[in-house]
Amino acid sequence: MAAATITVPQTEMPLSASYRGKVGMWCLIVAESAIFSIFVVAYLYYAGKSISGPTPAQVLDIPWFNSICLFSSSLTIVLAEKALHHGNIKRFGLFWFLTIALGVIFLIGTGREWYGLIYHDGLTVSSSLFGTTFYSLVGLHAFHVTVGLIGLTIILIFTLLGALRQEHAARVSVFAMYWHFVDVIWVVVLSVVYFIAR
Amino acid sequence: MADAQPILPPMIISPEREGTRPMVQVLHDWIVTVDHKKLGLMYFGYGIIFLVIGGIEAAIMRAQLAVANNHLVSPETFNRLFTMHGTTMIFFAAMPLVFGFANYLVPLMVGARDMAFPRLNAWSFWMSVFGGLILYFSWVGGFGLYGAGSAPDVGWFAYAPLTASSFSVGHSTDYWIIGILVSGFGSIGTALNVLTTTFCLRCPGMTLRRMPLLVWMNAVTMFLVLVALSPLTAAQVMLLIDRYLGGHFFDTQAGGSAVIWMHFFWIFGHPEVYILVLPAFAIVSEVIPVFSRKPIFGYNIMVAATVAIGFISLSVWAHHMFTIGMTSYANAFFVASTSAISVPTGIKIFNWIGTMWGGKIRYSVAMLFCVAFLCQFLIAGLTGIMLAAAPFDWQLGNSYFVVAHFHYVILGGIVMAIFAGVYYWYPKVTGKMLSETLGKWHFWLFVIGFHLTFDFMHIPGLLGMPRRIYTYDASRGWEIWNLIVSIGVIFQILGIVFLVLDLIWSYFKGAPAGNDPWDAWTLEWNTTSPPPDYNFAEIPVVLSRRPLWDLKHPEDPDWKYE
Repeated sequence: MAAATITVPQTEMPLSASYRGKVGMWCLIVAESAIFSIFVVAYLYYAGKSISGPTPAQVLDIPWFNSICLFSSSLTIVLAEKALHHGNIKRFGLFWFLTIALGVIFLIGTGREWYGLIYHDGLTVSSSLFGTTFYSLVGLHAFHVTVGLIGLTIILIFTLLGALRQEHAARVSVFAMYWHFVDVIWVVVLSVVYFIAR
Repeated sequence: MADAQPILPPMIISPEREGTRPMVQVLHDWIVTVDHKKLGLMYFGYGIIFLVIGGIEAAIMRAQLAVANNHLVSPETFNRLFTMHGTTMIFFAAMPLVFGFANYLVPLMVGARDMAFPRLNAWSFWMSVFGGLILYFSWVGGFGLYGAGSAPDVGWFAYAPLTASSFSVGHSTDYWIIGILVSGFGSIGTALNVLTTTFCLRCPGMTLRRMPLLVWMNAVTMFLVLVALSPLTAAQVMLLIDRYLGGHFFDTQAGGSAVIWMHFFWIFGHPEVYILVLPAFAIVSEVIPVFSRKPIFGYNIMVAATVAIGFISLSVWAHHMFTIGMTSYANAFFVASTSAISVPTGIKIFNWIGTMWGGKIRYSVAMLFCVAFLCQFLIAGLTGIMLAAAPFDWQLGNSYFVVAHFHYVILGGIVMAIFAGVYYWYPKVTGKMLSETLGKWHFWLFVIGFHLTFDFMHIPGLLGMPRRIYTYDASRGWEIWNLIVSIGVIFQILGIVFLVLDLIWSYFKGAPAGNDPWDAWTLEWNTTSPPPDYNFAEIPVVLSRRPLWDLKHPEDPDWKYE
């Protein structure tokens, strides 16, 4: 019955199994965006509703250096992906390491900012509504950066051990999508926290 | 193309015999499995266990409310019972049941060998189990206010400020938060997995417009899980920050808002209804055509209606909040959007009736449950439209009328469809037919019990009986209605006993089913019952929405007309 060779009429290009990592990551990004949007809505809704000080305008400085570092890491990770795609493992390792370094600088910057806010301005999670929403939203993002850094570091360790090869380029790209997402979310968090609601 | 045939090789492999291996090894296999069919069955078993637990909680509450001035349980226990009943039924009974169907059926129906991420699938399942266990551990491990015992008692939607650390002393509320949070991670994993399977692993020839409706509806459901369950996760994290780090999100004394918790909860809570009901629609959309011997009426419009429901359901949440005093603009918007969502839902009901119309209907138990579903879901929708009108809701919000309405949706709609699915796919899963006699006992007892309970539950609501009250005075005129409602529970319990009997008896003594006992048309019936680990020895190629019809009727295949 099935002996005759047949041509299957293709009316659309199906996504093949090789795309599943990307599709899965997109789904995760959709879910994560929903989580972030709730925190952003809460931040905007509560902006200016704190009963006690300090206010955002008094204590928040725009983290230019930090932001530039994080945004540049999206560029370095793209360069790393390209290098791996062409099979240049050394170049990949270099740019991958740069990405991690930029991410770590961002986290250190956030840590310094928080240190100042806590010890000089007395702003904590429990001190006021502004503190609650600020540390939650920025902290949620910092948590995602941390998770991203752990993943990046694991891949770096594989690279240093020589286990990473050109054929893993697609999988590495899937992970890079997550890092891009973390960067894009920073655009939102930065504009909401440091510009719109300041 | 004249002699084109779908490639659907008959299966020759006999399924593995599990009985010949030692028990410990079989158990070990189930625990470490990444097979979508085993995980689907485990989801199902887990859902049934919690359905029974949640049902026992409901039965105790009905016993408490059967007569006026009753003191069968303490008021504190009563609060815990309704909290645990609601939470259990939504998160740990209904969701695992629908996820079980999705897990088992989606890969089979798209002609794949497993889900896109089998290990993630196992992880998701065990996270869900872990969440349920954490919630129930609160009965023994948690402590609450003195005398208020252990399990959470804040209601299933846990309104602020009840959940604030000063009002929920101890850990009972934390068990509620973390149990749901953990199982939520599992649900997001499953959603991601099912969507990726649907998009990436369809067999050759299965375009999106040839995908079985069950797969379509589950895909929309899983999209809703991604965008609607995540807000709940976010809100739970905020609640934890409030409770453990002294935050002020829902603390009205520090400028926070109790109302925003309601918004966040219902942004999840209303799409959740559709997360549960779309898989029920999915089952009905597969069962009705097969037992009416007609292809589904209006496939394209069914898909469009499903997607429309998915989108509109994200903008109706505040109809749960008419009584809190929103602005008239907000009220008007949510009245309009809630009324709008009944349009695609109505389209579906007409399409199911259109499928049955003029068909050669076989009233097997699965079909009987689908007919019950149609009638009951229609009534649930009608009371839904009544409650969608804000002034009507001001009168009846938080009354037993509302309780009757949403139980009509969940029990009369979703659970009935799940029963239909059980009777339809049990032969595929076990290789044995369920007993139709026991099944009819189950059907009639359950349907009679359902109507005794939930038809009559509307009336005390109209007479002003609020939900969640512990007991009531004899002078209110609610007694007879409450007694009838409680008597209905006995019939429902008997019905469930017959279901469990049928499931067990047929597993050992049922008639052998063969590959395709219903003369059905989708791919899962083309493999053995139960399917082998790899589902299909050769990946099938399909040419139409009903590949098995094409195979059985080469002289008049579907693909010529689609």
